[in-house]
Amino acid sequence: MIGLSHYLVVAAILFAISIAGMFLNRKNMLVLLMCIELMLLAVNLNFIAFSHYMDDMAGQIFVFFILTVAAAEAAIGLAILVVLFRSRRTINVQELNELKG
Amino acid sequence: METVYLAIPLAPLLGAIIAGLFGKQIGRNLSHWVTTGSVALAFLLSLFVFKHITLDGGAVYNGAVYTWAVVDNVKMEIGFLIDNLTILMMLVVTFVSLMVHIYTIGYMRDDPGYQRFFSYISLFTFAMLMLVMSNNFLQLFFGWEAVGLVSYLLIGFWYEKDAAVYANMKAFIVNRIGDLGFLLGIAIILIYTNSLDYTVAFEKFEVHKVNLPGIFPLTVGPLSALDGVDALDLAMVLLFIGAMGKSAQVPLHVWLPDSMEGPTPISALIHAATMVTAGIFMVARMSPLYELSDIALNVILTVGATTAFFMGLVGIVQNDIKRVIAYSTLSQLGYMTVALGASAYSAAVFHLMTHAFFKALLFLAAGSVIIAMHHEQDMRKMGGLRRYMPITYWTALIGSLALIGFPGFSGFFSKDLIIEAVGKSGLVMANYAYVMVVLGVFVTAFYTFRMFFMVFHGDERMDDHTLAHLRESPRVVTTPLILLAIPSVLAGFLIDPVALGDFFNQVLLPAKEGFRDVTTIMVDGSKHLAMSQLRESYHGILGFIMHGFLSPALWLAAAGAGLAWYMYMKNDELADWFYDHFGWLHKLLTEKYYLDTFNQKVLANGALYLGNSLWTLGDKLLIDGLFVNGTVKVVKRGAGLISRLQTGYLYHYAFSMVLGIALMVAWILFAYSS
Repeated sequence: MIGLSHYLVVAAILFAISIAGMFLNRKNMLVLLMCIELMLLAVNLNFIAFSHYMDDMAGQIFVFFILTVAAAEAAIGLAILVVLFRSRRTINVQELNELKG
Repeated sequence: METVYLAIPLAPLLGAIIAGLFGKQIGRNLSHWVTTGSVALAFLLSLFVFKHITLDGGAVYNGAVYTWAVVDNVKMEIGFLIDNLTILMMLVVTFVSLMVHIYTIGYMRDDPGYQRFFSYISLFTFAMLMLVMSNNFLQLFFGWEAVGLVSYLLIGFWYEKDAAVYANMKAFIVNRIGDLGFLLGIAIILIYTNSLDYTVAFEKFEVHKVNLPGIFPLTVGPLSALDGVDALDLAMVLLFIGAMGKSAQVPLHVWLPDSMEGPTPISALIHAATMVTAGIFMVARMSPLYELSDIALNVILTVGATTAFFMGLVGIVQNDIKRVIAYSTLSQLGYMTVALGASAYSAAVFHLMTHAFFKALLFLAAGSVIIAMHHEQDMRKMGGLRRYMPITYWTALIGSLALIGFPGFSGFFSKDLIIEAVGKSGLVMANYAYVMVVLGVFVTAFYTFRMFFMVFHGDERMDDHTLAHLRESPRVVTTPLILLAIPSVLAGFLIDPVALGDFFNQVLLPAKEGFRDVTTIMVDGSKHLAMSQLRESYHGILGFIMHGFLSPALWLAAAGAGLAWYMYMKNDELADWFYDHFGWLHKLLTEKYYLDTFNQKVLANGALYLGNSLWTLGDKLLIDGLFVNGTVKVVKRGAGLISRLQTGYLYHYAFSMVLGIALMVAWILFAYSS
């Protein structure tokens, strides 16, 4: 029988994978964006699982909001990526270390 | 009368201000008229006061004219104490100052700083008058410092000369050392009497010393560390240290010979006749207190005797005409100090007066010679001036005779009196002092006539150009010489009233509560017998002169003068022989007992070394290195270390964020689970 904990484990695995992807990735900025999406999806999965088991629709409505925001965020992220590529001619994460004092 | 008392010091001050601030506008002539006039006015007013109080027997004035501040019941006032001692000083100061003002018109004629010079000497007259007329310690200290300041300004009058700047710095610093003692002495008196007034101090100490014999314990505040020392002894010795600085006593005398870098008129006025006698005056003024402290009197006696003899010796080897007279001044100040130590205050003040006249005369005569020699001061290049400068010659002869104590001249009376008084003094150090002052007479006569013969007699050793221009100085220079020569001869005949009579016996504080009358100059007849014995054995002036022929002093003086005549007029070889056989002595004297070298090498360099090490160790290493720069370095290093954390890589930041969140969650879980 598939219970709540299975869903939560899957979500946790997804979340861990996305974090690992973020840290281990040294090459492509796109992968970072994908990892963020994956993280959001992992959270969504939690929401839906809890919503179903607690018979509360609020969780599923929250998921819709998150998806919308995720879409907008992905659009902004990609736009920044394009601008970054234009100015630096690279999206290699290893070379982008300007963000320091 | 208050108005008159106020006008006496203020007139020269006004003259100084006008000549000093508006000298350029009013020109040279008006400058010397306004300053000389103001000093002449002060002199005339002093004469008026002299008539009013001394001759007509007016009351002693002791009062404040202005209250400056009141702090914790201590009044700081400007006030005058006008008694015979003050009047005598006022007359001497204003008279010599007037003579020097007139003389300066001739002496400084071509100097670009003409107005400045007049302004300074008038300012000096003001400061000196404030000093002698004061009735409280604060004003005394003000005058004391003000004359020191003017002395500094005048020694460095020719400020382009390095030697002058060095000399005035030296004078200033040495005087500061003395002044520290002076200030501490005043402080002790202030602590004990809670007043700056002379008479209050006299009253309190006299009453306590007479009614409650014993010491004044030093138990006030931080002074309690000196328990067992009599506060009065300490205060009196400290005040005398101030006098040692101002009156150039060993070992604080080193500034006076160097002060000869200043123009000659001020050497006469400040560094011979008046300012340097401020210390003598102060001790005489404080005689009611000094009488209570035998320790202080012994110190005074020793220091004075040492100065009188050993400084005279240095005078023998000097070749600069002004320096000879400067060492002579040191020696004569030593005589005055010895007299103070022997409780012969009136003799000291008497010698102060006669010395002021004849030493000012000698200095001005030397100045006249210097003018004629085109500012050459080396006696080895002079000689035979008698033929060219008759007035200077005769006045210098009068001054010299007065200085060595030729019978009938003023110096004879005052110096003989001092020697007699020291001989009769019963203090521990009196025997040493007596030997010193008697031998000093020989030395005085020798160096005085050595100078006299080298300058006025013998071969003309100057170059042809100078020789061709040799002539007597103008009238404006010779007039003061003549006017000073008169009291140099005659002042001695005042010995009866001034030194031995009741002149200084005016009562400042009438006796009450069982203590004695406090008089202007007070001698404790039960302990210090010298003056009263002299008074008894005195039978008229003629008798005094006759008695002089019986004393060793006169014969020693004659021997000194005779030896000088023989050595410098008759037989040059004697000097050479002496030089060959006593080279070490000559060297010791020309090096001034190595005191200057010692001061320079040990004290000055020591202070420099100390300052340098404090600077490198304390300032540069500890404060700058550790505290200031050290803090900066620590912050910088720390920041550099921490800024390594900031790599710029996005994933590092993200990682720390996640780590942070994880920690926060963990914290919340653990904190709220239990």
